[in-house]
Amino acid sequence: MSWLAFGLIVWIGGWQFSAWLARRPDSSLARVIAPIIFGVTLVLVWEALVRGLDISKVLLPAPSDIAVAFANSTAILWKDFVQTVIKGALSGYAIGCGSAFIIAVAIDRFPFLQRGLLPVGNFVAALPIIGMAPILVMWLGFDWQSKAAVVVVMVFFPMLVNTVQGLQESEPMQRDLMRTYGAGYWKTLLKLRLPSAMPFIFNGLKIGTTLALIGAIVAEFFGSPTHGMGFRISTSVGQLAMDLVWAEIVVAAIAGSTFYGGVALIEKAVTFWHPSQRSRQ
Amino acid sequence: MRNVLPILTVVVAIFALWYAGAVMLNAPWAKDKATRAGIELSFPQLVADTWSQQKPKLPAPHQVGEEIWKTTGAMILKGRGFSKRSLIYHSWVTFSATMLGFVLGTVLGTLLAVGIVFNRTMDMSVMPWVIASQTIPILAIAPMIIVVLNAVGISGLLPKAMISMYLSFFPIVVGMVKGLRSPSAMQLDQMRTWHASAAQTFWRLRLPSSMPYFFTSLKIGVAASLVGAIIGELPTGAVAGLGARLLAGSYYGQTIQIWSALIMAAVLAAALVGLIGAVQRITLKSMGMAQ
Repeated sequence: MSWLAFGLIVWIGGWQFSAWLARRPDSSLARVIAPIIFGVTLVLVWEALVRGLDISKVLLPAPSDIAVAFANSTAILWKDFVQTVIKGALSGYAIGCGSAFIIAVAIDRFPFLQRGLLPVGNFVAALPIIGMAPILVMWLGFDWQSKAAVVVVMVFFPMLVNTVQGLQESEPMQRDLMRTYGAGYWKTLLKLRLPSAMPFIFNGLKIGTTLALIGAIVAEFFGSPTHGMGFRISTSVGQLAMDLVWAEIVVAAIAGSTFYGGVALIEKAVTFWHPSQRSRQ
Repeated sequence: MRNVLPILTVVVAIFALWYAGAVMLNAPWAKDKATRAGIELSFPQLVADTWSQQKPKLPAPHQVGEEIWKTTGAMILKGRGFSKRSLIYHSWVTFSATMLGFVLGTVLGTLLAVGIVFNRTMDMSVMPWVIASQTIPILAIAPMIIVVLNAVGISGLLPKAMISMYLSFFPIVVGMVKGLRSPSAMQLDQMRTWHASAAQTFWRLRLPSSMPYFFTSLKIGVAASLVGAIIGELPTGAVAGLGARLLAGSYYGQTIQIWSALIMAAVLAAALVGLIGAVQRITLKSMGMAQ
């Protein structure tokens, strides 16, 4: 009972504090603190609810249990992380985004292909491509190569569509200006069209980060060596070792956020000139 | 309409590549069979063999088409269109989970967006987490959600729908926040000069002007929702649904079955997105907002 009361107090306190922050004049500090408060409140309330209502560990382990499991099995988690994220997701992401970029630049020279591929690419990007996973696992075996292949297929089309669209972004006036400077195709591409395509390219890259992790993990459900995050999640669920499953999810969350954050940081450095990157007001 | 020819070219090219790929990937098995039987295969024979194997590495398009027809149209003709062996039944299972999750996600997403737009506290503390929640590969915990909810006695449609909901609420929140904020300062000022209350501004200005954003988000959301439902079917032990067909196919090496389930999923996705697109056109037209 006291745990429930504690949870309630934390919730009200956290909310009041955020409301107070929101009423104050806008500051960058408040914009950082408010979400942190919300997150901490959520974790504390979770802990209080699990303890207060005596929820079984199989259903929902408390954050403290997850932290203990995380600390106890760092060796396993690291091995799974290397297998799934570094070998599977990152290599697939690099190959997929790289090839999509090159093909997009190549297509860009042929308006006919562009008009044909863009609608088809848009269509394919909306399809449940993840379903290719069992096929690719069958073709390429259980190790990381098949996971990387799934990731390649998943990130390819969003990246392709975004890059092709981005390359059309420069205005005719700007292109004419390049022509008056006597710039050829490559110079125009490098100095004008690629820079102005960057916001779109980074949009594709950012969409790809989550897709890459999802692809690598889900592909492991269809067959994998005896390590890897997807393998661990599906076997631990079978053994009802939920704290280990949640520890894997924490790893996945950290990896996903870092990956996304990293790309977003590079974007900020590359496209500092774009309106969406300028500070508000 | 001027795009028809280029699109057709690309589609034809894809089919050509598909057939060529089928020849390349299935040729080793065909040659293997021929040497064991002690016959020499001519090229046309080889091609014919690679396009008609029982368990090919890559089934040719017409094989997949045949399989789909056998499990849909032909079963309807036999009057067993809804038997457990028909793809219609499996598509229906997936479709119902998708729709339930999609509706839940849309409601949740819209409510969250309204809260975020009208409450500064929510905007500051919840919005970053909505975005962060998507960097978490949520599909990874799909099996866990299913198993856990099964343990509490909730099984069937709802667990799958929960995953669909989680995947579809995000595009809706982001799109609706953008949409509800899309009225210009001038329009908002105009409402203020008319002494409109917050509720009136919401119903007469913000909500109508968010519609284009709403439909765009719906299209992304429904596609995500379908992916969620398919993944949600994997850990249920391959009972029913397109995801279950994928898993069963990969267990038994039934490539044709995998591909037909995959194509069905693609058709379903295209149909859902197309349907929303049609509703979008009609709604926006009647609202006088058609582009």
